[in-house]
Amino acid sequence: MAKNKKPHRGKGVTRREFMTNVSAGAVAVAAAGTLGAKDAEATAVIKPEDMVTIDLQINQRRHRLLVEPRWSLLFVIREKLGLTATKFGCERGECGSCTVLVNDVPLYACMMLAMEAQDLKITTLEGLMQGEALGPVQKAFLEQDAYQCGYCTSGQIMAAEGLLRKQPHPSIEEIQTGVSGNLCRCGAYPHIFKAIAQAAKAR
Amino acid sequence: MDTKKEELYFVHNTPVPETPAPGQKPEPWQQTQMVGQRRARVDGYERVSGTAAYPSDVILPKMLYAAILRCPHPHATVKKVDTSAAVKMPGVHAVISGMTPATNPVWNYRTWEGHLKKSKLFDPHCRFEGDTVAAVAAETPYQAQDALRNIDVTYDVLPYVSDYRKALDTGTPNIHAEGNQVGQPQTQERGDVAQGFAEADVVLEETYYTACEIHTPLELHGCLANWDGDRLTVWESTQGVYAVQATIAEVLELPLSKVRVIGHYMGGGFGSKGDTSKYSIIAALLAQKTGRPVKLFLTREETYLATGNRPSSHMTLKAGVKKDGRLTAMEFTAIGASGAYPAGGTSLLDWLIKDLYTCPNVRTHTTDVYINAGPARPFRAPGHPQCAWALEQMMDALAEAIAMDPIKLRLQNIPDFSQARPGNPPYTTTGYKQCLEEGATQFGWQQLRKKYAANKKDGNWLRGVGVAGSSWFLGNGFGPATIILKLYADGSVNLNMGASDIGTGTKTIMAMVVAEELGIKPEAIQIEHADTGTTQFASVSGGSKTVPTEAPAVRDAAITVKRRLLEMAAEDLKSKPTDLSLKNGKVFIKNNPSKAMPITAVAKLKQHHVIVGVGNRGPRPTDKTVIPFAAQFCEVAVNAHTGEVQILRFLGAHDSGRVMNRLTYDNQVFGGITMGIGLATTEKRVLDHNHTGKMVNRSWHEYKLPTSMDVPADMQSVPIEIPDDVANTTGAKGLGEPVTIPTAAVVANAIYNATGIRVTETPVNAVQLSQLLAQHRKEG
Ligand code: FES
Ligand code: FES
Repeated sequence: MAKNKKPHRGKGVTRREFMTNVSAGAVAVAAAGTLGAKDAEATAVIKPEDMVTIDLQINQRRHRLLVEPRWSLLFVIREKLGLTATKFGCERGECGSCTVLVNDVPLYACMMLAMEAQDLKITTLEGLMQGEALGPVQKAFLEQDAYQCGYCTSGQIMAAEGLLRKQPHPSIEEIQTGVSGNLCRCGAYPHIFKAIAQAAKAR
Repeated sequence: MDTKKEELYFVHNTPVPETPAPGQKPEPWQQTQMVGQRRARVDGYERVSGTAAYPSDVILPKMLYAAILRCPHPHATVKKVDTSAAVKMPGVHAVISGMTPATNPVWNYRTWEGHLKKSKLFDPHCRFEGDTVAAVAAETPYQAQDALRNIDVTYDVLPYVSDYRKALDTGTPNIHAEGNQVGQPQTQERGDVAQGFAEADVVLEETYYTACEIHTPLELHGCLANWDGDRLTVWESTQGVYAVQATIAEVLELPLSKVRVIGHYMGGGFGSKGDTSKYSIIAALLAQKTGRPVKLFLTREETYLATGNRPSSHMTLKAGVKKDGRLTAMEFTAIGASGAYPAGGTSLLDWLIKDLYTCPNVRTHTTDVYINAGPARPFRAPGHPQCAWALEQMMDALAEAIAMDPIKLRLQNIPDFSQARPGNPPYTTTGYKQCLEEGATQFGWQQLRKKYAANKKDGNWLRGVGVAGSSWFLGNGFGPATIILKLYADGSVNLNMGASDIGTGTKTIMAMVVAEELGIKPEAIQIEHADTGTTQFASVSGGSKTVPTEAPAVRDAAITVKRRLLEMAAEDLKSKPTDLSLKNGKVFIKNNPSKAMPITAVAKLKQHHVIVGVGNRGPRPTDKTVIPFAAQFCEVAVNAHTGEVQILRFLGAHDSGRVMNRLTYDNQVFGGITMGIGLATTEKRVLDHNHTGKMVNRSWHEYKLPTSMDVPADMQSVPIEIPDDVANTTGAKGLGEPVTIPTAAVVANAIYNATGIRVTETPVNAVQLSQLLAQHRKEG
């Protein structure tokens, strides 16, 4: 399921600096909303004054904002910037509905902290639009009916876009592998494969 | 047939407005222009551009985020909830629990017999891991989770029972006062079973298991609640906004007019978002208490524990057949688990045994039990895929025992009436024979069977093919369904419908029906739907009944609008309305098509600005029953050493009446097959029976859904299109559930064909199969 290649780190804090900023308990909270049995270690909480200013570059626009170090890129994109095309299905790297491009590579936005995303080139589904017009992958998904409920769709499209940026003429196996990190419970897979093949031709 | 079971999804036996009146029924469509085409969805742009605002996407000013504290034990009593530390935490606005009586309303549940049992929103008796204990609203979801961790709950941990096969053993703890049996075991019998077995040439008996499955739609369960004074608005990811409205109004004692539920988009439900859950009430209470909008979406882990499942089942089937292929008797005994509350643990589990094949002597006996685990909910075709897993493997085994082709055995036993419904009503249409025959031809069944009978080996791989069939107990829709259609002076249309589009393409199909009748483009139709504040009542979208329920009502509304429009145009054209017709946005005289005028030029329409048409669902036939049928085929390769199964291709041949939109139709077929592949090969809830009673695999990493790598790219849909004009005025029968019913059995039969091994327990997996293969080699 892993999306290969980690993007190189930007100027922000190093992992070590980050770990000393945030208590271990809070990191665990960020990683997964666990069921809430009381956990003695989890009482340490970041104070508002610990918030940090970061620069994010999303869809070719710069956003400067104040975040808690533990906030995921996904949380910031959706709930703070209102870019809700990026969905959340698990917030722990299982489903792919939060897939965005980070320096052209599809990655799970729930598995990256907003701080880590500084100075990286981030593209969300909104960034594939040309004004009000659909991009080629979006158009192919529409025409091939490559979705049902549509909730996994943004992630599928971003995974497909990333695949096509790297491999403009994918084989069917490469297509299947390319979206293998993106679950579709509705089972629109055969139409997703067709849409990606169509988009590859159209690009 | 007990009506109780028909109530799984909807209101039954309720007098409802129905149009057209008898005698006014519109003619069935002959040649359609629009209906049946391959049309991309009318809301496709929103879905692929990201502008569709799903309930989880809605953001309001000052919005808070809520989270629920759930019981970590499978069985416990809450003694004390100490929230003193949590309320003081940064960002926390409110904490509620069973200790705060003002926010602990009555939450009733129904026994399987239909009696109301009183309970509370925060019931101190926690009957499953994941039961609701307390809830928090805070400024960020992170702070809400922090607060949960600082709520101190004192539990009395009780002994549990998690294994449904042991639930009735003596000495097991009681989950409810009346014991662990849900209602009375159900026995149904026809003919003389003992006599039937005596007449058989071959009698086989086998025990089958299916594992418990969790729905896990991609969009999490949840909602956003906001008050304006005494008016509540809830954006909820649901299959039925009216169902949610009714429950919230009842629990919070509000008039329906003060509760507005909106669900324009929703990211999948498969039955798990048909019921109203406690979280909707909790969000409303927290919003009221804090005076702020509150968004409450569960974590993925919570959805595994507390939002329903397809119960596991343990089924024994004994069947007798004569050498000529006539079934003489069947006896079916099954046990299933509702979970911690009555929830239909064996609901419809025996339906196919009683109804799919002609058999004079049948006895079924089902027992539903309580266990300390999350309650079941309807899951795409309740009971049916499990029953097909048993019945369709048995049919295969019987065919082999009498040396008959498995398709031929099925063809030999196809009834044209329902044996399970009282009065044995005939089916309106049955395409089961064509599903099997046409499917077999397109699949290449005969050739492949011959080929693999001669040689299955392909290196380390063994190849085989399988078939299975099914029906779904409910193929029609029915009222209440009300549609309001407005034709504007510029020829565009507004369609107002209460039903949710749960991903099946409902909106697109309704637009196509309007376009068919009014001769306009589907793109000219604006749809307003799934909002209790602005649309008309609709039942929950589920049971494959949405299209057969809503489409006839839409057609009725369109015909009403058309009639009115033609009356108006007749004045302009100096003609009779009955001599006029509509096409491409123009009204023309039927026998003089050159005399035409655009809709926009109709004088009265210009003056009135709008024509409003109201449509209702017509009556359904009372003397016949409407049933969809299916046959599916697949080819597999099994690694003789590792037990790995590769599904190479799949074909689904379905009789669901008229094909409304071929593009979304095929998508449904493939989606159903994909979900069935999950039942067959990947999905299983694992409970730790021995030590903790807790669910072990509460994530998509550990509870596997089929991914793009687990399904064949080669899937084929073969519609068996028999418009069912008796069922309703559009000729459509249900499609969404039939498409997943036979799939798992098809896979099992193909594996048997390839290996000679009968896998009776889902999910088939490499570990299990490699052991069986090794055993088989030893014995062989
Ligand atoms: S939400 Fe990020 S992978 Fe599921
Ligand atoms: S379209 Fe519903 S999950 Fe993919």
